[in-house]
Amino acid sequence: MEEVKLIEVKEDILSDNKIQADELRSRLKSEKIFLVNLMSSPGAGKTTLLLKTLEEIGDRLKAGVMEADIDSKVDAEKLAARGYTAIQLRTGGFCHLDSNMVARGLEAMDVPDLDMVVIENVGNLVCPAEFDTGSALNVMILSVPEGDDKPLKYPLMFTVSNVMIIHKTDYLALSDFDVKLARERARSLNPDIKIFEISSKTGEGIKEWTEWLIQEASNHNQ
Amino acid sequence: MHELPVTERILDVILSHVKRNQVRKVVRVNLRVGELSDLEDEWIQHYFSYLAKDTEAAEAQLVIERVPVVISCNHCSHQFQVDIKSLKEIQCPECGEKKGSIVSGKEYYIKDMEVM
Repeated sequence: MEEVKLIEVKEDILSDNKIQADELRSRLKSEKIFLVNLMSSPGAGKTTLLLKTLEEIGDRLKAGVMEADIDSKVDAEKLAARGYTAIQLRTGGFCHLDSNMVARGLEAMDVPDLDMVVIENVGNLVCPAEFDTGSALNVMILSVPEGDDKPLKYPLMFTVSNVMIIHKTDYLALSDFDVKLARERARSLNPDIKIFEISSKTGEGIKEWTEWLIQEASNHNQ
Repeated sequence: MHELPVTERILDVILSHVKRNQVRKVVRVNLRVGELSDLEDEWIQHYFSYLAKDTEAAEAQLVIERVPVVISCNHCSHQFQVDIKSLKEIQCPECGEKKGSIVSGKEYYIKDMEVM
């Protein structure tokens, strides 16, 4: 009988991505490009909020958008139709973007002088939370129809996000969504999370969020 | 949901050790995966067996040890384990504080492998 040997491996499976993400982050810092990673469930309103945000930003920032989708380019077409620089990354079945895909996407964008690039990550609250994209800012959208219990169900997403946007606040009157409870739940594992309440439909909260975002971009790109 | 890319990475790491140590056959691979990950053991093994089919690791069994979620209280620094799937609010059993930071539970770690 052949002898079984033990080999100590001691390797972190995600360490490669983490290293690449850190490299990308410092490269973008020196190139003065503010990379924002936007995450949410499908249907939480990522594209709509993004359009509203870009509209409000106007020419104060030169922004590009990287759309990630498993297999479609509808979102990029929507943005391009409004005149924004947008590329679609088809993840080919992958449920998230990693830093390598983002780096390739940035190359493909090939637009000099961008101040900000927004990644619209694949719609789900699980996988994107586990893979660092190299972004300087992680933003997650929790829309009112999804319910205020999401921070309990997807704790990792709320831990890795710098910002939570409570979206579709125009639905609040129709719903038992408890804003105060949602805030408390998000802050229990991430006391520093910045929270905005926005309705892209009525425009509530857009201005406050956009001004804050522009300030963050300018701090980053100094 | 993202078992496939994670499994590819596991196989890459294993095969690099196979090469370095002139391994003929990998019998078992011991992993530590945090409870916060949604990886399904069954699917990891399924993908692994598929991806590894023409390699020295083709018959390897993946053994996954789950690392519990441990929170450190932001107020009194007491560390406590939580059942993250129970959907309960997080609260320090010592001082009642509701804010904390994650100490463990996010791991994706290959511990060791048994080879011939």
